[in-house]
Amino acid sequence: MTYETVARIAQQGGLIYFGLIFLMGCAYALWPANREAFDKAARLPLEDDDQ
Amino acid sequence: MSQLAKPTVGTPGAPALLTATIIGGLVFFFAAMFSDDPLFQFQAFIFVAAALLAGFALTAGLSGGLFSNDTDRYMDGVVRAGVIATMFWGAVGMLVGVVIAAQLSWPNLLYFPDAGWLNFGRLRPLHTSGVIFAFGGNALICTSFYVVQRTCRARLFGGVLSWFVFWGYQLFIVLAATGYLAGITQSREYAEPEWLVDLWLTVVWVAYLLVFLGTLWKRKEPHIYVANWFYLAFIVTVALLHVVNNLALPISPLHHRSYSLFSGVQDALTQWWYGHNAVGFFLTAGFLAMMYYFVPKRVERPVYSYRLSIVHFWALIFIYIWAGPHHLHYTALPQWAQTLGMTFSIMLWMPSWGGMINGLMTLSGAWDKLRTDPVVRMMVVAIAFYGMSTFEGPVMSIRAVNALSHYTDWTIGHVHSGALGWVGFITFGAMYCLVPWLWKKDRLYSDKLVEWHFWIATTGIVLYICAMWVSGIMEGLMWREYTPQGFLAWSFIETVSAKHVENVIRTIGGAMFLSGTLIMIYNLWRTVRLPSVETRDALSAPLPAAA
Repeated sequence: MTYETVARIAQQGGLIYFGLIFLMGCAYALWPANREAFDKAARLPLEDDDQ
Repeated sequence: MSQLAKPTVGTPGAPALLTATIIGGLVFFFAAMFSDDPLFQFQAFIFVAAALLAGFALTAGLSGGLFSNDTDRYMDGVVRAGVIATMFWGAVGMLVGVVIAAQLSWPNLLYFPDAGWLNFGRLRPLHTSGVIFAFGGNALICTSFYVVQRTCRARLFGGVLSWFVFWGYQLFIVLAATGYLAGITQSREYAEPEWLVDLWLTVVWVAYLLVFLGTLWKRKEPHIYVANWFYLAFIVTVALLHVVNNLALPISPLHHRSYSLFSGVQDALTQWWYGHNAVGFFLTAGFLAMMYYFVPKRVERPVYSYRLSIVHFWALIFIYIWAGPHHLHYTALPQWAQTLGMTFSIMLWMPSWGGMINGLMTLSGAWDKLRTDPVVRMMVVAIAFYGMSTFEGPVMSIRAVNALSHYTDWTIGHVHSGALGWVGFITFGAMYCLVPWLWKKDRLYSDKLVEWHFWIATTGIVLYICAMWVSGIMEGLMWREYTPQGFLAWSFIETVSAKHVENVIRTIGGAMFLSGTLIMIYNLWRTVRLPSVETRDALSAPLPAAA
């Protein structure tokens, strides 16, 4: 395995791999079905009345 | 009858911890006996002393039945201990900072040619580790224990293990701090402790990870709140960074000194991969977790955009990890690697500012609190400094800017706008919230003193960072100035003495910041002594009834 092969796998493979994971994260955050759960989660610190 | 049926059992793990303490104490005692290295013996005897103290405390606690494990209450004792430790180490670390700032202004201060103990070179890591790991670390550990319990509606996992994390971490701090004064260092910035202390921290950190993961595991809330994601990223990444950067071979099992497994430019890159991510995951991700819990809680508004907080999280952790090479511009590191570090640093603008906007906009509908509640004002200024220093950092990572800023006071100023402004103020805000909550008071002792703290500390930061901008750019320009004949215009010592006035202003700014912290400690102490709103039995808050 030459340096060029390793570098190509690391650079292009890494770009695709991390790009996909990031897009999955965005999709999870913006998925319409998750809206209700996230609106509820945003209030989570407030629902604990113990101080 | 129902009182008798209450599930109060001995805290699990205490007898096992006592056994481990006795064995550990004996091992270190014999290690000290057989070693011929006085510095190794010094550290081994600190371990023995700690084992003796822990042994007595555990024996007394077990025989006196002090370790109750009231499983229907939150575990708040360890959080209260963490708040006290945070304030104590904060005062120590900032005091040492003022001392070394004064030494830079007046070099003969505390300079003893025959004994190196209090020289600048030994006090400087004491200051950096003191404020980052002792003050910041204790703040992160205790707030994470508080937040993970409240947002999971579950008691801390592991019984006595969280107390082991607390005291084990204090032992790490004592070992590191006394080691620096004695001259033990592996010369890696923010990773100065040698192999023995590094191994101890690894043990403590794995226990910390277990407590945190175990509490998440038994949560009663189906969703894992975003603050816990940030805390978890901080714990996991710091474990990884610490282990890899400290891979080293001791010259003997009974000698304090070790040598890194890496060499040359690989060694430098590993160190700055560690060093920059110590900033990214210790000083940023962990404190963002604080922001995402304490800001909504204090202003009684939901997180502005929970979706943005998720994108903020994933973008921040994926980008930060690559930014380290910007510390090695114009070195033997390949140019493409330097460029990669620079590019990722600039990309960090987006998640950083996304997070800042999310934190600030959480106040929408409650902006009046900025005027009425000085604690909210403190946290908002913290977020503003977060935005400012995360704007400045990427600018400084650009190779051409770095050519001017690197090695100058500009870097010191940048670090302190992040450390004093962001890390310091968000921690102060969290502590002002936590103390009345944890000690069951309905208010702080004095809001007026919070105002004083706020204005003295803010003025101190402004003096500090402005002085460092001026002196940094001045010395950067002096270093690169040539005479018409092609010689350097200034000798190095001329560029040092040119900074005298700025150094004095910096010392004053630091002393003001320290004064604010002392005011805060007084205020919190008086708050603890206020009459409680509930009886002492209720000091550890009950868990909500199972749904």
